[in-house]
Amino acid sequence: MNIAVIGAGPAGIEAASVLANNHQVTLFEKEEKPLCNIRDKAFLFPDFSSADELADKLEAKLSHENITLKANCAVTAMNRTGEQWTLTTADGETATFDKVLLATGYRVFDAHQKEELGYGIYKGVITSIEMEKMIKENQIRNNMDEVPKQIVFLQCVGSRDEKSGNNYCSKVCCVTAVKQAIEIKKQHPETDVYIFYMDLRMWGQGFEEMYREAQEKYGVNFVRGRISEAASTFDNRVQIKAEDTLMGNPMTMNADLLVLMVGMCASEGTATLSKCAGIDGLYRFAQSRSPHIEDNLTSQPGLYVAGSCKRPMCIEDTIQDARAAALAILDDDTMMR
Amino acid sequence: MEKRFWNEYQKEIADDHFFYERSCIRQTFFPGSEATFLNIMRNDLGKDIYDSSHQHTCTGIGYHSDVVPFETTMTIVARLFSLMTERGYKNYVPSCVTSFGVMTELMEKWKEQPEILEKAREYLKKATGRTFELPENIVHPSDLIFKFRFELKEKMKYQLINRFTGKPLRGVEHIGCHYAKIFPKHGIGNAEFPYVLAGMIEAWGGEVVDYPERRHCCGFGFRQYLVQENRGYSIANSKKKFESMEPYEPDFIVANCPGCAMFLDKWQYTIAEMEHKTYDKEGYGIPVLTYEELAGLLLGYDPWVMGMQLHQVQCERLLDKIGVAYNPDDKYRGASGKILRAPEKPEVLKV
Ligand code: SF4
Repeated sequence: MNIAVIGAGPAGIEAASVLANNHQVTLFEKEEKPLCNIRDKAFLFPDFSSADELADKLEAKLSHENITLKANCAVTAMNRTGEQWTLTTADGETATFDKVLLATGYRVFDAHQKEELGYGIYKGVITSIEMEKMIKENQIRNNMDEVPKQIVFLQCVGSRDEKSGNNYCSKVCCVTAVKQAIEIKKQHPETDVYIFYMDLRMWGQGFEEMYREAQEKYGVNFVRGRISEAASTFDNRVQIKAEDTLMGNPMTMNADLLVLMVGMCASEGTATLSKCAGIDGLYRFAQSRSPHIEDNLTSQPGLYVAGSCKRPMCIEDTIQDARAAALAILDDDTMMR
Repeated sequence: MEKRFWNEYQKEIADDHFFYERSCIRQTFFPGSEATFLNIMRNDLGKDIYDSSHQHTCTGIGYHSDVVPFETTMTIVARLFSLMTERGYKNYVPSCVTSFGVMTELMEKWKEQPEILEKAREYLKKATGRTFELPENIVHPSDLIFKFRFELKEKMKYQLINRFTGKPLRGVEHIGCHYAKIFPKHGIGNAEFPYVLAGMIEAWGGEVVDYPERRHCCGFGFRQYLVQENRGYSIANSKKKFESMEPYEPDFIVANCPGCAMFLDKWQYTIAEMEHKTYDKEGYGIPVLTYEELAGLLLGYDPWVMGMQLHQVQCERLLDKIGVAYNPDDKYRGASGKILRAPEKPEVLKV
């Protein structure tokens, strides 16, 4: 079988490495290098293992002789002709495959859309992606290049939010905020950290323990409530207004940094290709055939889906889902023979 | 501000031929502002704007205080529209932001539920025998001043530059809630970062003060001031804003809502009396202007003809900073030339 995998993130690479044991796999990646989303991270939850180490291990799988990586090569369209799929890339080239696995992943929510939170307007308002970079570079600083005295996190930015059009939970931001808060406290124990949440979704193994440790060992403050507005102060800090919904009090406080926990949305590749192939689902994600035992199949024969192109997913689940997708492809092939 | 969100939120503003609706309360609070607006439109911009002598309330205050039912408001607004229709106009300009809010709300309602529009037509016909067409364009007068801000600048005698220091004057802009918070799409710059007044300040040489409580309500809220016991809420909101803007040392405040401009002005006197606190270093308070007064001053209109002596916080210090020529002896001279009685001086707030 000649198989195309679109997207060289953890899902694409893991699936390609399984499929390559018996088949030729072409892996398309729109960026110059694979695994950008993982390499942007410092540590991974729940074990605080190094993100770069995981990326290295995954990248090593690309050296398989049956895998051809086409980097800087965005797939822009896909069409089924008979039993096969023809992919078209951004530079106009086409190639035909027996099976296609969509692993085009997610993009983070554009925080500019929540104008009331002042992202892109006030320097002290940053996203969780920017905070992750600061943690990785050991450079947690406010906009005056000082170690921040107070850092406030806001959960559910662009998720569980009708106004931004995303009613779903992004699943990873609760635990990511807890992870980042712990990292901040490890680097700067004197910095006060507050996390404003709607409810904390500590669903994974080890997550609840992280949450407890954040409070008991690191003194991270958790406040149940949404921030309604951010503004700049006279001394270049950020004033936030919120309601503490447990205490029933409106509150105003100043912080050096407001970190917006941006949720996961369908990437442009996911949205475009799933629409093109007729498998577009809720919120522009790709739709699998059914959520239980056909979660890697689609309504289109020969087209499969894996990872966060379907819905928000953490890295652990993505890798498992990618292996399941590879098995689904191999199963179909066996049945056809 | 790094990102200029307001650029993404524009709206259609007609170019000429307007039907003007006056406000119930503005002529008491700022008696010359509406006349100044009409003068600017007609004499400085050469526009056709009609000021009907048959107009009346839009019921906005009663409607938002739950004493006037929706059907009544709808019928009364329908009559205002019928006056516009009768004179052959299609562009409606309500002076008050609450009227603007009421009208944009009704237009949305009628668009979503045409059967309610039919009811309005029926009620108006029964009550008055009149008919009406829907306006093609409803804008607030501040939208028009914003739209023509650069044309006006060409005609201005003065700029928002402190003539003693050569630096831009610092202006606090305050938007009425009913301008953009009901339907953000009807406000220039949307609800979070409204640009309608900020655009005037910037175009005319000033600097906009971006202070933490910039978006906070002034406290005017009808239920807060109509019920005397609730006025504490009103003044508390204004106080919060003054405290937040104070470190930036603003030279003036400009507003596009009758209530905001009135309360931000008058509460400064009240706070001075209650707490011996003023919000400028010298104890005079921060002058509060309507956008018509601001435009009029820079165009060279006489501040006393515009009625600026009726402000609580007196404006001479701002006039001096801008360099506006005025005659102090005319401050309390009536139209007949007779000197009218000057008001008593407050004890704390300097005048
Ligand atoms: S994971 Fe937490 S922060 Fe993220 S959307 Fe869900 S509830 Fe909100």
